[in-house]
Order: sequence, then structure tokens, then C-alpha cells
Amino acid sequence: MQAHIQVRDLNVEYSGHAALKNVSVEIPKQQLTVIIGPSGCGKTTLLKSMNRLLELSDETRVSGQVLIDGADIYDPAIDVTEVRKKAGLLAQRPYPLPMSIYDNVAYGMRIHGLKKGRDLDRAVQHYLELAGLWNEVKDRLKSPATRLSIGQQQRLCLARGLAVEPEILLGDEATSALDPISAQHIEERLHELKQQYTIVLVTHILRQAKRLADYVIFMYLGEVVEHGPAHEVFSNPREERTRAYLEGAIG
Amino acid sequence: MKKKFARRHVEEAIFKVLMIGSFVLVVGSLGLILLTVIVKGWPALTLDMLTQTPKGGYYLGKEGGILNAIVGSLYLAGGGTLLALIIALPIVIYLAMYASRSRWAATVRLSLDVLWGIPSIVYGAFAFIIMLAIGMRASLLGGIIVLGLLELPIMVRAIDEVVRIMPFEMKEASFSLGATRFETAVKVIVRQTLPGIVTAILLAFGRGIGDAASVMFVAGYTDRMPESLLRPAASLPLAVFFQLGTPFPEVQQRAYAAALILTTIVLIVSLGSRWLSGRLSRYVVK
Repeated sequence: MQAHIQVRDLNVEYSGHAALKNVSVEIPKQQLTVIIGPSGCGKTTLLKSMNRLLELSDETRVSGQVLIDGADIYDPAIDVTEVRKKAGLLAQRPYPLPMSIYDNVAYGMRIHGLKKGRDLDRAVQHYLELAGLWNEVKDRLKSPATRLSIGQQQRLCLARGLAVEPEILLGDEATSALDPISAQHIEERLHELKQQYTIVLVTHILRQAKRLADYVIFMYLGEVVEHGPAHEVFSNPREERTRAYLEGAIG
Repeated sequence: MKKKFARRHVEEAIFKVLMIGSFVLVVGSLGLILLTVIVKGWPALTLDMLTQTPKGGYYLGKEGGILNAIVGSLYLAGGGTLLALIIALPIVIYLAMYASRSRWAATVRLSLDVLWGIPSIVYGAFAFIIMLAIGMRASLLGGIIVLGLLELPIMVRAIDEVVRIMPFEMKEASFSLGATRFETAVKVIVRQTLPGIVTAILLAFGRGIGDAASVMFVAGYTDRMPESLLRPAASLPLAVFFQLGTPFPEVQQRAYAAALILTTIVLIVSLGSRWLSGRLSRYVVK
């Protein structure tokens, strides 16, 4: 297994309360890793440590290392915008930007100066296709993103994230606010995208984890209890707490 | 069965009466003000008032108009509002993106609230002292600067409030695409809060155009049209004040006509900005 992201002795505190305790884990490249565990166990915190979104909230203290391709993203010399460009986020609820469908996808490409003019048009189409939304929006690219249904908005957010050419996709319960059909759309996209992207998905839906995961991280009360290839963890967990969670006894 | 006149029903009835009472008070006073201004001002309102400057003897009841004050007021309040906006936006962006919950930001907000409460005559007197110190005469430019400062606290706090209720996740979405704080502020926050910014501009403009005390010393008054930034400029509130202070009934009537013009300008700007902020909310994420 080739590790894409390595988390080493990561500790995170929110105003004195420990959210992650000595977390060390490796995320395999171009596979779909699922983080499972009961609510409040630090899944989202671990996820957001991977593109330095934690520091947006005040009074958050992070210590330890997160290495992407061997480079520590918490190194003060590293450009945080490059870190975030490399690891896109798909949030729990879609939050389109206050602009048109087209501009939402073009936003990231414009700020990074990736594409211009005709190339930008083609790129917008490409990423909307990749997110499985193109056919539904091709005739109304200029209309506000908020006119889309919530499921379409989530795919728009996926297209928007893909457009800045990340290598990693971080999903924070990315289907939990969606109806079953929209959720299935997103799952299908993620399943396709893991050929080229390293995907990390937080979920509290065990069935979803089993459908999608190549690799599993089980967390409990701010610690990583167990991690390994999905078939091993699901069929033969080593830890008692993992077994209890999978059987529905805790969480 | 409980009695119908239980304590909580009585409470409910009392609060209903209070609510209706305060509603009537607010709408009633607005109506009375408008009624007074229209009834007293309309008969004196002539086309000359809107299109001419005061001729000799205007303040004795002879011919002329107050075009100088109308244009002067629009320049003063328009310039002041523009100046306040130019200063306010960086402050708001700083508060929102760099210092949201720090003690420093709390100090800035408190200072602005205090400034908001300072009577405008104090601004005028303060600016007058500075003018004397640097040897500047009463001028349109001075008036614009003072009005800008007078409007600044309203502008910043009104925009700050709409920026603060913006969903955190929207900023997070922009950051997660690798945007800097500045890009997020200019391309996302300003667009999302544009209708609120328009409302803030309206509030600030309203305070600026209606204020007499702050511009009295600083912008002065003249019967001529405002032609230069460095010359004095007339304003509508002062036109009302001076005309109302004369002993001639027909000139006093013209004061009400001037008040009617001022009220109409504010009304037009209000309705215009409502329409504009409706248009601008097309892309706003609710």
C-alpha cells in the first residue's frame, strides 16, 4: 500500500477540550478510505485536519504532523492555499457560492488562474460532466446556483471542488442531507472518481461504508481504534470496540 | 374546564393591546409628519423652487428657489456616503475575516457604537476646530468629510451585522477551494451581502442628507450653486432652518416646501434602494 496522507501523533484541542488524541494513521493513495465511528468521536476533525480547515475556528490548537506526499502541511513555510487546493472538501450540506452555476465551477479556476476564455468554458463543462450534472444544467448555466435542488447543489459542489485539480477529495457525511436518489448519485460519482483521486469519506452510515470503502478507519472518543483494509475490518475486526460498533452495541 | 379569564389569557390580551398601541404610535407619527409637511409645504411648492437659486429678496418672500440647497445636499450626502463606504468596506472585511471574535474587534465595534451615539453638532464643532487650525474655509469638501465620518459608524455596523449572519460554511467552501481571505471577502462575502450593503448605504445616506448641525459650520451656506469642492455649499436642512427662522409667513411656508422636497428625496432613495437590493439578491444563498 502506497500512503498518500500520513497523520502522525496528531492532537487537536478546541478551547481546552481534546478532540483528537495522538492519532496516527495512513491513508492509501487512490483508494476510498472511510472514517467511521459514533458522533462526536473526532471523525470530522480528523478529516478537516487534512486540508487545514480547523484553523478557521478560533481557539483550535493543532499539534503533530499531517504529511501529504511526504510534506508536512502544517509546516509554517507551506502555502495554506496550495494545501487546500490539493485537498477538496465536500461538506455535509451543499453551500453553493452566491453566483451562477457557471461561476461556481469557474470560481476556483479563476482564482488560481488555471483556465481562461474558451478553455474555461470547456473546463466548466468537463467538471460538470465529471460530477454528473452537465445534462441537467447545460441550458441554464447563468441561472443562480440556488435554483438547483439540494442533490444537484451537492453535485455542483463536487464539480466546483474537482475544478481546482485536487488530488484528494474529503467528504464530510456528504450524502447525509440528501434524498436517497441524490445520495446514490454522489456515491456512484465517488466510486468512479477513486480511480484517479484519493478519497476520504466520513460517514455514520455503516451500510454506505461497506458499499464504498477500500480502507477503513474506526474512531472512538478521539482515538483511532483500528484501521485496515475494508474486508479485514468489516469481516474480522481485531478490536473489541470495533466489533461492538459494527454489531450496533455502541455508537 | 378552566376559567376563560385565567391569568395567561389576560396577559395575552394586554400584550396584544400594547403591540397594537405601539404600531399605531409608529405609523401614526409617520403619517402625521408626512401630513404636516404636505399640507403646509405643498401650496408653497412651485416649479421655481426646484429650478432656481435664491434671487435678491428671496428670504423676504420674493422670487427664486432653493436649487442651490437641493444640489448642495445631494453633493454633500452623496459624497459623504461614498466616502463612508470607501472607508467602511475595509473595516468590515477586516472585522469579518481577520479579527472576528478578538478583543480588538470588540473594541472597534464598541468605539463605532459610541461614535454612532455622538450628536452630530459635536462632529461639526470638532471639524470646525480642525478647520480653523489648518486655515481651511467652510467648503463642500469639508462638509463631505464631516458627513462621511458621521455616516461611517452606521455604515460599518449595518454591514457588519449582515456579514456576521453569513453562514460559516460558505466561507469554508471558498477557503477549501484554496481562496485567500481577501478573495473570499471580495468575491463571496461582498456578493452574498450586497443587498445588505445597499440597505446600509441607504441608512447612512438618510442620516447624512437630513443632518443640519454637522454641516452648519463646516460646509457653510451660500445662495450660489455648489461649483467647487473648496467653496461653501448650501443644504436642504439648513434651508429649512433659515426660512423657518424668518418672521414672514410666506417664507415659513417655503420652509415646509423645502422639507417636503427633502422628504421626497429620502423616499425616492429608500424605494430605489429597496428595488435595487431586490434585484441584487438574485444570486444570494438563503
